[in-house]
Amino acid sequence: MANKSKKVNLDRRRFLVTATSVTGAIGATALGVPFVSSMLPSEKAKAAGASVQVDVSKVEQGKVLTTEWRGQPVWILNRSDEMINSLKSNPKKLADPNLKVSSQQPKYCQNKTRSIKPNMLVIVGICTHLGCAPSPRLSPKGDMGENWEGGFFCPCHGSKFDLAGRVFKGSPAPTNLVVPPHKYLDENIIILGEDTKEKA
Amino acid sequence: MAKKIDSQDSAGFIGWIDERFPLSSFIKNHLTEYYAPKNFNFWYLFGALALFVFVMQILTGIFLTMHYKPDAAQAFASVEYIMRDVSFGWLIRYMHSTGSSLFFVVIYLHMFKSLMYGSYQKPRELLWIFGVAIFLALMAEAFFGYLLPWGQMSYWGAQVIVNLFAAVPFIGPDLAEWVRGDYLISDATLNRFFAFHVIALPLALAGLILTHLIALHEVGSNNPDGVEIKNYKDKKTGIPLDGIPFHPYYTVKDLIGLTVFLIVFASIIFFAPEMGGYFLEANNFIPADPLVTPSHIAPVWYFTPFYSILRAVPPILNSQFPGVAAMGLSVIIFAFVPWLDKSPVRSIRYKGILFKKWLGAFVVSFIILGYLGTVPSTIWGQFPNVLPLLGGSDVATVVARIFTIVYFSFFILMPIYSKKSITKPVPTRVTMK
Repeated sequence: MANKSKKVNLDRRRFLVTATSVTGAIGATALGVPFVSSMLPSEKAKAAGASVQVDVSKVEQGKVLTTEWRGQPVWILNRSDEMINSLKSNPKKLADPNLKVSSQQPKYCQNKTRSIKPNMLVIVGICTHLGCAPSPRLSPKGDMGENWEGGFFCPCHGSKFDLAGRVFKGSPAPTNLVVPPHKYLDENIIILGEDTKEKA
Repeated sequence: MAKKIDSQDSAGFIGWIDERFPLSSFIKNHLTEYYAPKNFNFWYLFGALALFVFVMQILTGIFLTMHYKPDAAQAFASVEYIMRDVSFGWLIRYMHSTGSSLFFVVIYLHMFKSLMYGSYQKPRELLWIFGVAIFLALMAEAFFGYLLPWGQMSYWGAQVIVNLFAAVPFIGPDLAEWVRGDYLISDATLNRFFAFHVIALPLALAGLILTHLIALHEVGSNNPDGVEIKNYKDKKTGIPLDGIPFHPYYTVKDLIGLTVFLIVFASIIFFAPEMGGYFLEANNFIPADPLVTPSHIAPVWYFTPFYSILRAVPPILNSQFPGVAAMGLSVIIFAFVPWLDKSPVRSIRYKGILFKKWLGAFVVSFIILGYLGTVPSTIWGQFPNVLPLLGGSDVATVVARIFTIVYFSFFILMPIYSKKSITKPVPTRVTMK
């Protein structure tokens, strides 16, 4: 064909081929958007991830209540005075005692006890290493060894956390456990997933 | 084009077909007149066996799909239904679960053969890369399939692996959420993993296997001597002097290998389908529970060498990404072997002792890492506190770190030791040992 026609405008042909390809590629990419976004959490999943009300009046001192928010275990630990005191004793053993990684708790929990009320620890029971569920080992010593002052232990890869969910040095977990957004509706009712400023 | 000549060769029904479809020429080109080196040993069975297992997984998979329900509320029960109530359901499921483990057995042996005989060297680089792509797709296929029984190990294994994506800098958490389709592993995740497992990846695998075979038949098979049989052809016929037709010679040889393979396969299915917890883990007979993690999470044995590498790398700068990257690299690095090997010879028969030692060290580290991946990192206790540096750290973790270094050294140092290693003279024609 090209040989037979007297004059072929190669520049115009190249332009048309490029323009068609680019337009086609943009169209194909745009068509990809619905497919990619169809894999995001659906409206149903988002609704199920909304806030949860918990009554904490029945959590005795030194005991932990496990509840569920967004399908994750959330611990509500009513710390005794000794437990709160134990938090002061070991800053050198902790990877991030001063909560420098601020994404791990809301601003109103960026304090020495990582909580709104000093005794009530509200924390997501998911290890920050690879998402296993650690188990509370609240009492000192026991099978955790002589130096153990109480905290949480992840059986998967051996990460250890103190009674404020702060990770000990040498654990595979890189950061402290997450304090979820929460607020007190009254003295005993906590809402998980919602705080005073913003909805989570 | 060339088919016209073929159609004159055969008459009758085959001739009728040949005028419309290249049947006879295809059979000639790829079977009866496809010439493979005459000196194949048993290592050359595993490619054909892998193809057989692939077909078997597809077939058993189709029949399992007829009874399985990809629904978080019903999945676990539907697998038990297959095991107890579906006629011969137990057999089909055990064929599928044992098949997946044996798929990796034959693939690992197939890969080891290529490393031994230099089957990745020029001109077989693309053939090798298609092979690495098949290996990657197979790992994904196995991972997605493992969630489907919806047992505790399915659930928490998927949880750990999907969270690896969350370690990717910046986009990580959003990426993990996109993969799951929820804030946790849930029904949405199960449903999409089912889609990947039964259609997306099998299609991709079929396509990759086809390209692997097309590349193989373009460049021809390597052999245990690593000499090119195309260099010495019969002057009249153009047939390689050291080549024999694939059919009947190697189809028959493969049948013998297949028979032995099936004896092993049937023995496992009928006598040890769980293989002591290595093929089907005990925790997976407990329904998935998002609130309780099993005390020890281990992937199925074929992922454990890579999982060990993930665990061995400590977090750096508060990020676990280095470990995830090391695990990814430990698989991807295979693709670079054609360019890392600077040896002038292909086969281990003519390579020097240095290369043999490194290959041996690699195999040992692969096996030890594989073992360590199946056990908790505390298995060998801790070093006493008095030791400098090592004091207090898990013995198994330190061992895993050492062998992770050996694993990567095999690849990274290959350009050096493969060049330095003194080779033996290579014969011009294949030998029959």
